[in-house]
Amino acid sequence: MKKRVRLLDLAHARSGDKGDTANVGLIALKPAYYPILVKHVTAARVARHFKGIIRGPVERFELPNLRALNFLLHGALDGGGTISLKTDAQGKVFSTALLRMEIQVSR
Amino acid sequence: MIAPIRIAAAQGFWGDWLEAPYRQVTGGPIDYLMMDYLAEVTMSILQKQKSRDPTLGYATDFVPAMERILPLLAERAFKVTANAGGVNPRACAQAVAQAARKLNLGRKLNIGVVTGDDLLDRLDELLASGHPLQNLDTGRPLSDVRDRVLAANAYLGAAPVVEALRRGADMVITGRVTDTALTLAPIMHAFDWRADAWDLLAAGTVAGHTIECGAQCSGGNCLVDWRRIPDLANVGYPIAEAFPDGSFEITKHPGTGGRITVAGITEQLVYEMGNPTTYITPDCIADFTTIRLRQAGKDRVRFSGISGRPATDKLKVSIAYFYGFKAVGTLVYAWPEAYQKAQAADRILRERLRQLGLQFDAIHTEFLGVDATHGRLARDAARRGDLAEVQLRVGVRAADRAPVERFTREIAPLILNGPPSVTGFAGGRPKPEEIVAYWPALVDARMVRPRVELVEA
Repeated sequence: MKKRVRLLDLAHARSGDKGDTANVGLIALKPAYYPILVKHVTAARVARHFKGIIRGPVERFELPNLRALNFLLHGALDGGGTISLKTDAQGKVFSTALLRMEIQVSR
Repeated sequence: MIAPIRIAAAQGFWGDWLEAPYRQVTGGPIDYLMMDYLAEVTMSILQKQKSRDPTLGYATDFVPAMERILPLLAERAFKVTANAGGVNPRACAQAVAQAARKLNLGRKLNIGVVTGDDLLDRLDELLASGHPLQNLDTGRPLSDVRDRVLAANAYLGAAPVVEALRRGADMVITGRVTDTALTLAPIMHAFDWRADAWDLLAAGTVAGHTIECGAQCSGGNCLVDWRRIPDLANVGYPIAEAFPDGSFEITKHPGTGGRITVAGITEQLVYEMGNPTTYITPDCIADFTTIRLRQAGKDRVRFSGISGRPATDKLKVSIAYFYGFKAVGTLVYAWPEAYQKAQAADRILRERLRQLGLQFDAIHTEFLGVDATHGRLARDAARRGDLAEVQLRVGVRAADRAPVERFTREIAPLILNGPPSVTGFAGGRPKPEEIVAYWPALVDARMVRPRVELVEA
């Protein structure tokens, strides 16, 4: 049995910028959720989620000590910093954009 | 057991809460007040101010903030570290010294001034001697934009701040010193840590990273369980209590609002994170995957286990250059069919810009209330909904001012000659803004010579 779960129900997050790259730190709400995030929220899956929103690749790093994953979304900020014309030029709310993602988990 | 030293963060950027420094000083015992003022673009703004008036070029908010707490500083002998000096730390120190003299504090103050980060006058020398200062993101050599450079500053580490403290400074005012060094330096000084004690330096760096954004680790901008974070109106800014073994605890003054938990602290740890095993500063490389966190009490999180590696032989240089111009115009469309009206207005505006033959590097449209923050991930839900209003927000940028200027005159006409139910234009025509862009580069650390001087007040 599989069930669809929104990341909002499994994790919290904070995001920020480095130039034209946004970073999203995704943090498990409970220790038991961390392996689920590691398994399902892959760099490729996140790249698909943000398709059309970012122009570059996605990198993923694991922080098991903090039960967190860190994603770098390259080409996310229309040039970044002062060049960007985006409301979210500093990538502050990519965090909750990632939390919209739905994954299929075993019951 | 040796008592910890208490470093209180009071400013996470230039523009942060003006009340925070005074509350941090009066809310309980502290040993250091740490204030971070410099973002990447701040240096170029300050450089521009200095070119107009040689006595400016620093974070002017810092002076009244100090005026308010100097009597307490003189009495209780806590110290201050701040990178408020911007591109003119000496002028900043002079302004604080002048304020101190007016207050008749009853004792002399020593103000340490850290300079040597400013490379603007040395760029041609560096380029000529084989330091291309390539853009770290694009790989382009600095010669591409050399004639448009407005500011160039190396990120200095903790060493010169430690030296100023060792020489008896009550307050250390720096230029472009890393945010983390402003916290690390007092700890190094207090416990006599060696400059090659990599695990300890990494621990102090993580402490700095945790509190450098002020209340962002003590309940501010915290997503987890945000509704139940108490009394953000009186949020307590964080305090790092550091021990000689490299462990430390993050807490806040009793009776203040906000909340310090493992979950909230973790949000701040991953903020602006790159590769977590390799957090590079001038002082060391910190490994964030070694951090152990534990809730050690109410509003108190304990850090331990942090390991570090030797610093690289390079320093990061933050270069600002003139890029061009931009402008953003907005209009608000009301129910019914608010989104559709805003979309129609955008199509009309773009058609008019096209007919005028204006050349832009980019035209960017957002519909606030629909897709400005989450793009297409949110758009489908908005399309189905019956929105009360949508703000159309169109931005343009170009190398030249003229097309941007012309764009700013194409927004208002839509009020009378575009789609209906439009409002929200009280601010008048948008103004073209100069874009000062950021060029990150590396330079050999041995090419940069930090300097420390003491000013008496």
